Amino acid sequence: MSRRWRNRLLGLLVVAVVAGAIYIPVLRERIRRAARLQSQSIEQARRELSQPLGAAPGEPKVKTILFWASPEEDWELTSVTVELPLSRDPLVRSKQILNILLAGPVDAELRTLPPDAALLEFYLLPNGTAVAGLSESLATSLPSGIMSEKLAVDSILRTLEANVPEVQQLKILINGQESETLAGHLDLTGTFAVRASAAVAAPAAPPAVSAPPASAAPAPQKLTAEPPAVKLSAPAKKP
Amino acid sequence: MLHFVRSLSLLLLTAGLLLAGAMHPQASPPSQQSAQTLVPPAAVPQQSSPPRQEPSGLNVVVLDPAHGGTDTGARGAGGIRESNLVLALTGQVRAALEKQGFTVLQTRKGDDGPSLDDRASLANAQRNAIFISLHVGSTGLPGTVRVYTLPAPQGTPPLAGALLPWERAQAAFLVMSRKLADLAQVQLSMRFKGSPANASAAAVRQLNSVALPAIAIELSNVSVQDPALLERMMPGVADGVAEAVGSFKQVYDAELAHGAPAIQPAQGSVR
Ligand SMILES: [Zn+2]
Repeated sequence: MSRRWRNRLLGLLVVAVVAGAIYIPVLRERIRRAARLQSQSIEQARRELSQPLGAAPGEPKVKTILFWASPEEDWELTSVTVELPLSRDPLVRSKQILNILLAGPVDAELRTLPPDAALLEFYLLPNGTAVAGLSESLATSLPSGIMSEKLAVDSILRTLEANVPEVQQLKILINGQESETLAGHLDLTGTFAVRASAAVAAPAAPPAVSAPPASAAPAPQKLTAEPPAVKLSAPAKKP
Repeated sequence: MLHFVRSLSLLLLTAGLLLAGAMHPQASPPSQQSAQTLVPPAAVPQQSSPPRQEPSGLNVVVLDPAHGGTDTGARGAGGIRESNLVLALTGQVRAALEKQGFTVLQTRKGDDGPSLDDRASLANAQRNAIFISLHVGSTGLPGTVRVYTLPAPQGTPPLAGALLPWERAQAAFLVMSRKLADLAQVQLSMRFKGSPANASAAAVRQLNSVALPAIAIELSNVSVQDPALLERMMPGVADGVAEAVGSFKQVYDAELAHGAPAIQPAQGSVR
């Protein structure tokens, strides 16, 4: 190899090293920013869903009935009435109501749902069937047992029944997927009657209009006016 | 000669039958035993070794110690595991039921975890049987017991001849399940103060696919400080369940005598 060619190669190498020294930190910063944006959007979605009162600040306050556990009353559900500015839209109102219920009472004994459980998605079909997608911690943090799981589901059903007359039935998904049971006992394969929930929570065969598949994007034309603004992606399947 | 032998044996047989008929079978003196040997054995109940007869009516109880294997069920702070407790409880309930003459089957005997459908399959292969799933929950007043059935199903009942989906097999048996649950709850609330007077309804997944009268019983609860409290409950639960199943047998057998509309799935079969 001639001296001229060696000099050219050396020059190219120097240029490559300098370019790399400039570009790699930029690339690293971009990756860091992309990761931050992703976690921000998940956080943002969570915050949006868990700040129900901010969602309808202009709405007049209405009587809102929530159902919590009552250890004093033979571990039955007890109703608590509060005044809150709820949306008139049944879909928005349902989300607000469920988030308030999930935020729960301060007293841990009155809670029917674990404090780390979150509402990830909520749909309302024209036939009155609602689909509530809750985070996996509803199943993993809820104390296992027929009574505790029944209290959890009944508190959701009765709270919806008391505040959103449009909701007739409810399908509960865990992490975007159908789960056989809630925490080992209560059947989640069917759809719960909301209107008749005061007496019993009866799971029925899946309704004629089935819940949108968790993995696919919901068909907008099947949903009521406002599809959820943000839908968190469902992580890989439950064990 | 052949004719004579045949006549003699016929005469002997007739004499034997007459003699046996004149005697009360239970009070046969030992001197008559030779005559009795001529009688077909089924017609003569023997005191020492009675002939094997299929018991009529309800005679099998399928006990389901819930959870097991990797599924521990409810867990208490002190390391109490529902799957272990219910196995011990099942042993006591089983002994109490066997004392009453019931044949008892278990969905599991060790720390294995058969699927919910495997448990239902074992139950659904039995005739004139009931299914009892045993649990210890995480909540409720410690020292109390609740009995559950499925709630009434939604929608219209299936048409005659329709195939019932596996997960709705229980629907046809709900009336009898409720009777069993109420009898059990009464017995248990007498023994465990603070327990409700009436059975409850809950969508217990395990009961869904059982095509028999089926209930779930849950003791409260694994969060007790002293695990001995739960162990002390077991004999009372066993007695209460055996008493209730004994009473339910009368209801069931009467139902069976009337064509069993509430016991057999009259409106279709289970697929
Ligand atoms: Zn259990």
